[in-house]
Amino acid sequence: MSDLLTTTSVGTHQVRLDGPDKVRGRAPYAYEHPLTDPLYLYPLQAEIARGRAAHIDASAAEAAEGVVYVLTADNAPELASTDDGELAILRSAEIGFRGQYLGAVIATTPEQARHAAELVDITYDQDDHDVELREDHPAAREPESGSGDVRTGDVDTALAEAAVSIDERYSTPMEHNNPMEPHTTVARWDGDSLTLWTSTQGVHPARSTLAPVLGVEQEKIRIISPHVGGGFGSKGLPHADMMLTALAAQAVPGRPVKYAVTRQQMFSITGYRAPTLQHIRLGARADGTLTAFAYDAISMSSQTKEFPEESTKPGRMMYAGDNRRLTQRVVPLDVPVPSWMRAPGEAPGMVGLEIAMDELAVAAGLDPIELRVRNDPTTDPDTGLPFNQRRLVDCLREGADRFGWEKRNPQPRTRQENGWFIGMGVASATYPAGRQPGSVARIRRTPEGFEVSIGAADLGTGTWTVLSQTAADALGVPIGQVDLRIGDTALPNATVAGGSTGLASWSTAIVSAAQELRSEHGADPAIGAEAQGEAEANPAAEKFALHSFGAHFAEVRIQPTTGEIRLDRMFGMFSAGQIVNPSTARSQLIGGMTMGVGMALHEKGELDPRFGHVVNHDLAEYHVPVNADITDIEADWLDEKDPHAGPLGARGVGEIGIVGAAAAIANAAFNATGVRVRDLPIFGDAFLPT
Amino acid sequence: MGHSLHLTVDGQEHTLVVDSRTTLLDALRDRLGVMSAKKGCDHGQCGACTVLVDGRRLNSCLALALTHDGAEVTTADGLAPEGELSTLHRAFLALDAFQCGYCTPGQVCSAAGMLAEAADDAPSVVTEDLEGPVELSEEEIRERMSGNLCRCGAYVNIVAAVSRAAEESR
Ligand code: FES
Ligand code: FES
Repeated sequence: MSDLLTTTSVGTHQVRLDGPDKVRGRAPYAYEHPLTDPLYLYPLQAEIARGRAAHIDASAAEAAEGVVYVLTADNAPELASTDDGELAILRSAEIGFRGQYLGAVIATTPEQARHAAELVDITYDQDDHDVELREDHPAAREPESGSGDVRTGDVDTALAEAAVSIDERYSTPMEHNNPMEPHTTVARWDGDSLTLWTSTQGVHPARSTLAPVLGVEQEKIRIISPHVGGGFGSKGLPHADMMLTALAAQAVPGRPVKYAVTRQQMFSITGYRAPTLQHIRLGARADGTLTAFAYDAISMSSQTKEFPEESTKPGRMMYAGDNRRLTQRVVPLDVPVPSWMRAPGEAPGMVGLEIAMDELAVAAGLDPIELRVRNDPTTDPDTGLPFNQRRLVDCLREGADRFGWEKRNPQPRTRQENGWFIGMGVASATYPAGRQPGSVARIRRTPEGFEVSIGAADLGTGTWTVLSQTAADALGVPIGQVDLRIGDTALPNATVAGGSTGLASWSTAIVSAAQELRSEHGADPAIGAEAQGEAEANPAAEKFALHSFGAHFAEVRIQPTTGEIRLDRMFGMFSAGQIVNPSTARSQLIGGMTMGVGMALHEKGELDPRFGHVVNHDLAEYHVPVNADITDIEADWLDEKDPHAGPLGARGVGEIGIVGAAAAIANAAFNATGVRVRDLPIFGDAFLPT
Repeated sequence: MGHSLHLTVDGQEHTLVVDSRTTLLDALRDRLGVMSAKKGCDHGQCGACTVLVDGRRLNSCLALALTHDGAEVTTADGLAPEGELSTLHRAFLALDAFQCGYCTPGQVCSAAGMLAEAADDAPSVVTEDLEGPVELSEEEIRERMSGNLCRCGAYVNIVAAVSRAAEESR
């Protein structure tokens, strides 16, 4: 157990410190830093899903008005490493997916660049492609970087002998992060040094990933990213757009080259959640206690670079049961490279698993909350370790009270108002409580107070505010004396804002720097005195299974004649340790739940098997929730501190809000209509009479 | 090909030369360096680029700059002259009606335009009485603000903030 920080500012409501600039539009995002003499980039993209760009004729484009340079594989600078298939662009004529970059045009204005890109004539040698994920795909294999299978006991016998069982298939579609700020990079070379103003969830991780590919020493690259317009994972790992801009800018030293990926291009370039197919079999005694747990899942991956969307991950630790089998396979296809999207693994995994638990509750004639209570393990079934704080049951019970669960009729299709069927559903939420080692904070005493520097990122997560609160308490001063600096590789190293690890990792570094400052310079350090502190790996991770938990409750309304489904209200109760700022934490949780509504009812990338591209590649056709879709969503949390999470006792709330949200809605739809939907998203046709 | 254009943006007069293909949004961002209006989709699908043109809300990515010669453009920054935050800005801040802030200037402009439309009794698709005065219920606000996407999912707080601003400015 680590010593918990005494809190004054932490735990209290604090208006976002970056807020006054953001409501006016004055906080500079990547595209918006004032730079002189910029040039504009527009990319060339493959129009086939597999084959070769046999010949690229750029002569017309090069002669067009305003064009400064056309970059293709024919003139692209050499790369120092081609290990990362996604980043190793313009190496050859080979095409691995439709939309892959084949080059770029740089011109004086954005209109000129875009027009000239259309003048480039590309001749293709086309091969047959395969972009269709199916359960019996012969290319299915174990992921190279997966968590491995689980096989304990004898699942088949346990299933055959179970008093109640279910055996069903679930699926989640291709989903796209779609942060409102498109991925943007502005690159400028000055001699052998490169500056990137970009939109990233981690300036230092982006730099250490790009440097070896470009063959440039890390110290020669500076990445600046003080404000990030959302990411939800897609800005966690650098994508090819950063490489393309950095390579193209080499041709025009001294001049910044600006490239904002268009919304349409984002669907093939900046990552997405891979679709999953999940086969779940559960067996239980008559009292609902699990005896058999089998979860076989497949997800789509890319030939260009593997990314395993491991939907089986939460199945490893959620529920008890002696006989277990979990397998995860990927099918590499001729598709764009999938990547992180809010709670990778957990979000799709807790769709199948939590609908399956609802089905088991029906089969066993139990309340779905009671079923989960009866299967709440005392130790982590995956590692055998005790949990840090497993308060799932508290979240379920407290949430049920607050939501009015007792008004639910367990019999589906029994509650009707004005011709609409009404139903309620519940689902559990979980997310690991990670903390990454290696973040460093530096604190310096100034005449006004303390300058606190760490290369952390704020993508709407509230980092500017919550790290200032943390520093204030660590230094024992009012927040007004803290001058925080983040989002720049010129500051000390910070790990990525991803996997809900940002807060725990960076705050540990800040608290340690404050301790160093005190021990080196006393309680009242002289102006100019400074100290650094580093976040170590969390020692508790070896002794405990560290996770957050939660419970979602949803009420939906379905019109039986039209099939229209509306979410009336939703409530989430969470156990996430210390909440640093109740307003920003509530916003993150509600935001995750809102994205969960999209997952349940709206979002699906339609990959055309004939051409290999996402047909609905814009915000008119790839639907995300709009204001009118969201009526009443509320979130709250248990009052607690996690003694094993670090000096704040906080676990981070970036992802858990989406985990399980879609399943709660699907379960509510079943309670409303008696129709079980196992494939997301839930569209109205599911409820129409066949 | 360049054409001359006159714009007043947030009270500042500008004469500039733009391509006939240049949108109002790109004229603001790329030519004038006015970055308060954001680009989220460039296709009129997200509302991030919403500004007020001669007092009415408009997706500036859907407008060619040259069709607005002589127009008066106001961004969310211009709604806070001399840095003095408006009622709307303050409500957005106090109720945490944003996270990343990228959709926010568009939301603020859209809300300002929408409040003026409601004050003019312009009905929406959810208005019961098409002739009478508009009561800005939460349902009305949700409907009228649905052209502005927020991927961070701040909608419940946006509705609360716009309600508060509507009440305070009554
Ligand atoms: S940028 Fe204009 S509506 Fe999206
Ligand atoms: S605040 Fe991030 S998109 Fe609305």
